[in-house]
Amino acid sequence: MAKLNVNGRDVEVDADGSTPLLWVLREHLGLTGTKYGCGIAQCGACTVHINGQAVRTCVRPLASVSAGDEIVTIEGLSEDGSHPVQQAWRELDVPQCGYCQTGMIMASAALLAKNAAPSDDDIDREITNICRCGTYRRVRAGIHLAADSLAKDASKAGGAA
Amino acid sequence: MSLVNVSRRRFLVGSSAAGLSLGLALPFGARRAHASADFPDEINAWVVVQPDETVIIRIARSEMGQGTLTGLAQLVAEELDCDWNRVTTEYPTPTENLERGRVWQSFATGGSRGIRESHQYVREGGAAARMMLISAAAADWGVPASECSASKGTITHGPSGRTTSYGKVAGAASRLEVPEQVSLKDPKDWTIAGQPLKRLDTDPKVTGAQVYGADISLPGMLNAAIKQCPVFGGTVKSFDAAAVAGRPGVRKVVQVGDDAVAVVADRWWEAKTALDSLPVEWNFGEHADASSEAMAKIIGEALDADQAFVGNERGDAAAGLERAAKTVQATYAYPHQNHATMEPMNATVKYTDDLCEVWCPTQNGEGALATAAEASGLPPTQCQVYKLLLGGGFGRRGAIHDFVRQAVLIAKQMPGTPVKLMWTREEDMTHGQYHPVTQARLTAGLDDDGNVTAFRVRIAGQSILAGMMPERLGGGPDPVAFQCYAPDGDHAFAYDFENLLVDHAMRNPHVPPGFWRGVNANQNTLYTECFIDELAHAAGRDPLEFRLAHMKQHPKNAAVLKAVAEKAGWGEPAPDGVFRGLAQCTAFGSHIAACAEVSVKDGQLVMHRIVAATDCGTAVNPQQIEAQVEGSFVYGLSAMLYGECTVKDGRVQQTNFHNYPVMFIRDMPEVETIVMPSGGFWGGVGEPTIAVAAPAVLNALFAATGKRIRSFPLKHHDLSAA
Ligand code: FES
Ligand code: FES
Repeated sequence: MAKLNVNGRDVEVDADGSTPLLWVLREHLGLTGTKYGCGIAQCGACTVHINGQAVRTCVRPLASVSAGDEIVTIEGLSEDGSHPVQQAWRELDVPQCGYCQTGMIMASAALLAKNAAPSDDDIDREITNICRCGTYRRVRAGIHLAADSLAKDASKAGGAA
Repeated sequence: MSLVNVSRRRFLVGSSAAGLSLGLALPFGARRAHASADFPDEINAWVVVQPDETVIIRIARSEMGQGTLTGLAQLVAEELDCDWNRVTTEYPTPTENLERGRVWQSFATGGSRGIRESHQYVREGGAAARMMLISAAAADWGVPASECSASKGTITHGPSGRTTSYGKVAGAASRLEVPEQVSLKDPKDWTIAGQPLKRLDTDPKVTGAQVYGADISLPGMLNAAIKQCPVFGGTVKSFDAAAVAGRPGVRKVVQVGDDAVAVVADRWWEAKTALDSLPVEWNFGEHADASSEAMAKIIGEALDADQAFVGNERGDAAAGLERAAKTVQATYAYPHQNHATMEPMNATVKYTDDLCEVWCPTQNGEGALATAAEASGLPPTQCQVYKLLLGGGFGRRGAIHDFVRQAVLIAKQMPGTPVKLMWTREEDMTHGQYHPVTQARLTAGLDDDGNVTAFRVRIAGQSILAGMMPERLGGGPDPVAFQCYAPDGDHAFAYDFENLLVDHAMRNPHVPPGFWRGVNANQNTLYTECFIDELAHAAGRDPLEFRLAHMKQHPKNAAVLKAVAEKAGWGEPAPDGVFRGLAQCTAFGSHIAACAEVSVKDGQLVMHRIVAATDCGTAVNPQQIEAQVEGSFVYGLSAMLYGECTVKDGRVQQTNFHNYPVMFIRDMPEVETIVMPSGGFWGGVGEPTIAVAAPAVLNALFAATGKRIRSFPLKHHDLSAA
């Protein structure tokens, strides 16, 4: 039994240590918001956060994750789907088929967590998820919109302090 | 049948089927064109109004990202005059369609036809439902229906000012006959359709709650991974099931048809890893030596073949060439492409002796049903296909449901147990239905004034219809091969040339072809529009002026071309180092044009901006049209930049995104879309614009480098300035 912390919950899974975290999440824990797209770290559909970092879970064996690592999937990104990236995505109608979008959102949220106001160049460098529907233009706009709303929240908080 | 089952089914297949847990869903049986006693809330086949005022609009076509679900709902809601904020949608099943005399007509979602083919009858469905709701209220009040009107789901009796709601009269309305004569609104009076409304299916896609076929989980379900003979047309010789029988989770190893083997296990990862170590011997068959080079040679030779199918001929091209002051000729080629939908092929099937149920992403529920019936051996009425939102379609999940057939064949070997078959990306890459491979030789004559005296196109290569439905062709010409070269219609060739000859020397390699977003409009427009650019330069004329001079009989095409030229600033200086290129065509019933701006830096193409214009006749949701223009550009430009499926030893060499790369966000140009519906017709949206992206970029690239790229992908070419 491997112990994991997923979306703030301690869980135990009975899976071989070589099983990629992607399949542990999907098949053992029923968290199907994390997608399989390539299995070789090329597309980003399987992106989650581990200790705040965007990680492609299709190539991350279960054995490499410990109970102390905080794993956050799209289901745990926010309580009620209200993370600024999710809100921006709704505001701009970013998804088309949507299959890549959970990974895209997780990658974008991780980027904003370390870089509150990413430039277009930052986005070009950091967001390497594949979207076959071609939502890239709205993804970029969505990241900027989420950054703006985070900045507003921060300045509000600052003003109150 | 109780209402419990209906609501369960709604939970299952509705557009926001979050938290899916099912297995008990039952077909809801035959219904008449109007509501049956079992379904008191159905006004007619298209509209259900519930007591809480929720309006459920039935959608027959498939949603795969292109926004059709929202667009069709807008059209019904417009005529229904309901409250858009209370609209939700559901898919009827193809079996229900069959049982109700195809009351929802076609389920096919391809060729950018989802809306343009069905707008009339879905709007009539909405209008009829409105009339029935109003009639029910009028009857209740004992007043003439003509004194009542409806708005946002509220019915008002003008003279008395009395009001009621759709939900209150829905039961009575559902018992009325569906009116045969309905009149539709003029699009200029639309308030729901034609508006840039938000999509109805976004929320679960941003929370992870959306259940795709890949995510389905049924009680007791097993998972299957499949390996098909790497060479198309080959078969399974033998496999050693015992070698993996003891592996964790493995339940069964089965042959699937004559060309594939699958491992069924508790979990997919167990099935996949067991399959990886399963010894399999194949008969590679007659194509074991096939290669792209050999195909290219055969197709290249066909450029000179005596026999070819004529697709468009007017005047006398040979005579026109003869009297030309100058002749220009060029040969182009376009490789195989894979759809590479983000969600790999999958289908989940539960088979028993009297019912075969299929949950799958499909662009054509009726096609999936036919495949399920054929593979299961049960009549279609004993099969059910529950459609799920697709994680991408692009033509891969429409015409041939190989994944459904396989899943049924597997489930049939384990009756009563639901089995989910999911392909690996590697299977998906190597067992696609590929964009056809063709070459084209274009020859044109110019007179002393630089006007075209003749235009001659010889297409050589693969026919999609010959590969997919040979019985439909019967050895004759493939009309689809002439997209954008047709004499008239949805794919009319949009130049006036009085002497024209376009023909197709069909040569079909063993690689299965398929409808790939944009289909033959992709390469045919690339061939034409790059060559037109060559002609303009040979004539020493401005590419915009040259085109316009030769498209006087195509004013709608001229209008979109002028619109992009003007917006992009054609004729004015571009920013330093930036060059422009144009392209235009008619495809899938729409008139489209693009102006691209590119530069070349250190031998690398940089696409800065593409201005696009589409005259799709009628615009149902402008912001979704913009999304489709942008998305189609990414798809088409990914192919132009990087995309090719090559064949060696009979098999496709590209296996995943590392060797079939596609555009990333960093490759994405700015896209400015002009939606300019001229009214009076309904053109497609999902595909047409893909056709102009690549040639506009290539023509700009020529302006930047002086290099004409005539074979693809671009990654094979050195772009350092000539
Ligand atoms: S599935 Fe992990 S990167 Fe593609
Ligand atoms: S939205 Fe379909 S792959 Fe990105």
